[in-house]
Amino acid sequence: MSKRLLMQGNTACVEGALRAGMRFFAGYPITPSTEIAELLSIKLPKVNGKFIQMEDEISSMAAIIGASLCGLKSMTATSGPGFSLKQENIGYAAMTEVPCVIVNVMRGGPSTGLPTCVSQSDVMQSRWGTHGDHPIIVIAPVTVKDIYYMTIKAFNYAEAFRVPVVLLLDEVIAHMRECVELDEEIQIVNRKRPATKESYLPYRNEDDGVPHMADFGMGYKYHVTGLVHNEKGYPTSNPDITEKLITRLHKKIEDKASEIVLFDALNITNGGDLLISYGSSARVCKEIIFNEKVRGIGLFIPYTLWPFPEEQLIKLIKDNNIRRIFVAELNTGQLLLEIRRIVGNTCRVIGINKYNGELFTPEDITKKIEEAIE
Amino acid sequence: MNREMIEKYFRKEQLPHIWCPGCGNGIALAAIVDAIDSSDLDKEKICIVSGIGCSSRASGYLNFDSIHTTHGRAIAFATGVKMANPEMNVIVITGDGDCTAIGGNHLIHACRRNIDLNVIVFNNNIYGMTGGQYSPTTPKSAKTATSRHGTVERQFDICDLSRSAGATYVARSTVYHYRHLTDMIKGAFKNKGFSIVEALTPCPVQYGRRNKLGNPPDIMKELKESVSLTDSSKIKIGVFKNESEPEYTSEYHKLVEAEVGKYE
Ligand SMILES: Cc1ncc(C[n+]2csc(CCOP(=O)(O)OP(=O)(O)O)c2C)c(N)n1
Ligand code: SF4
Repeated sequence: MSKRLLMQGNTACVEGALRAGMRFFAGYPITPSTEIAELLSIKLPKVNGKFIQMEDEISSMAAIIGASLCGLKSMTATSGPGFSLKQENIGYAAMTEVPCVIVNVMRGGPSTGLPTCVSQSDVMQSRWGTHGDHPIIVIAPVTVKDIYYMTIKAFNYAEAFRVPVVLLLDEVIAHMRECVELDEEIQIVNRKRPATKESYLPYRNEDDGVPHMADFGMGYKYHVTGLVHNEKGYPTSNPDITEKLITRLHKKIEDKASEIVLFDALNITNGGDLLISYGSSARVCKEIIFNEKVRGIGLFIPYTLWPFPEEQLIKLIKDNNIRRIFVAELNTGQLLLEIRRIVGNTCRVIGINKYNGELFTPEDITKKIEEAIE
Repeated sequence: MNREMIEKYFRKEQLPHIWCPGCGNGIALAAIVDAIDSSDLDKEKICIVSGIGCSSRASGYLNFDSIHTTHGRAIAFATGVKMANPEMNVIVITGDGDCTAIGGNHLIHACRRNIDLNVIVFNNNIYGMTGGQYSPTTPKSAKTATSRHGTVERQFDICDLSRSAGATYVARSTVYHYRHLTDMIKGAFKNKGFSIVEALTPCPVQYGRRNKLGNPPDIMKELKESVSLTDSSKIKIGVFKNESEPEYTSEYHKLVEAEVGKYE
């Protein structure tokens, strides 16, 4: 059984989150994410959930971590300036391994920038916005339907790996209305909780590197700190423990990267070129591919920007003798850097960039490709 | 602090604590523990939330669910905890800098909401942990690491600030007046709403030394003499406000009760 509905991207995010079991939202209004908070203020009480409008984005991020420690799946939503304010506590969630989802509906920056215009210029911030080496998962949907399913995925990943997950939406997709088919059968993942209070170690390295998480209020009485900590959760500056902790935090994601990564490879031709694009830009690229506006070019869409489907891309390039890569994005070249790092000098990587607050037209992209081919 | 209390409420393996000899933080923490012990709070449902600073290290020593958060944000984390599980008795331990400088915005908004948190501010009039820079409660003219010629800024009165922002229980005491401080904290636990207790406490190392206040016992004596329950020429201690008003999570619960089950 499934249900077809016409909905806005931000609504799809709300519905996906509720379907995933999200029961706590804290946020602060900011265009173009505000619909998410407004809708959740109405819908959360209906499912016995809680909504709170905090005094800023810093406290919103703090509140969702507190709520998640009490066992509620928690989320916040924001845009550029607010995303910057959340960063310190996103790092706290990464260090303390508290599952949570952060929606960043991107708008033009830097600073207040272009509040109502499309942009993809928070790609690097979503990965490296907070200080220190840390793991994170970043997902960039292309359609409204993607938003629904990938919001659920975001919660599943947050719960499975005890990691903050950033849902990176483009303003135009967040505000676009499209048909979404809502399946009844959806896999929902919940954090692993300890079976017994006996000898509970809140930060024990389990087989998969993900410690079991007890809800506050259940008598486990454990400590959570952003300081480097041992298995008991207590602060330490022991070099061995420090190195083990930081390594585990990264490995729990890296080791599972092949299960986490989401991507599409369309129309790949042997000996041809490859377009790489995500979010709203990928929609324009699809149009180019399907209408054969340029011959002999395929499209690679990474949905998880981090971890990036790195091995999959390298294999695709090798298996298909890809000659050139074009990276189309609405910024001055952020994912471009990552692609260059991944492919090294196996093929040429050319950026196609636009950052004037408008979407790509197919011609913007085809022109650049043709120029390069000549 | 007797042995029984340590057995009952402390994470012994975390002791000894990191505080300097002569620091008042240990006394303030002991008063919190005494207040917990003699209150009827469900001990299984206590959550200690702290920020960053010498004072905020207290959360690691007590054997309850505890969060040592980021600098200034303890009240915001605590808001998430209390909302997610209103059965929790949430105690925030914070410093004057943590609570009224970087965390000042969260303080006033939590007061305004009248959310049922118990905030105990260890006010030592200085940023202890970072080496003695002036805080929003450093008295005018006091010497600190960033005001060698005397602080130019005026100071906050934490109690006045909280009261006017909407806190429903507001009290002040000192670590010299241990019994009184314990009573003030017990009063906070009884109030269903936002409660704040300002605990004046000496930092002999970062504040006392620079201002030539003598050794820790001298500083304690001076602390004792600087306050009074009645004499208005001194810093007043006691309960300044204790009023019953609708509490945030209870009010929110009414909304949930009216709406629950209507999702389609
Ligand atoms: C965002 C951020 N800014 C600055 C610091 C550095 N810092 C740590 S503790 C502290 C001041 C603590 O002072 P207070 O809250 O009065 O506590 P005390 O140490 O005196 O108990 C500062 C500025 C930090 N940890 N995080
Ligand atoms: S620096 Fe001051 S506040 Fe910090 S532990 Fe030492 S005496 Fe106490």
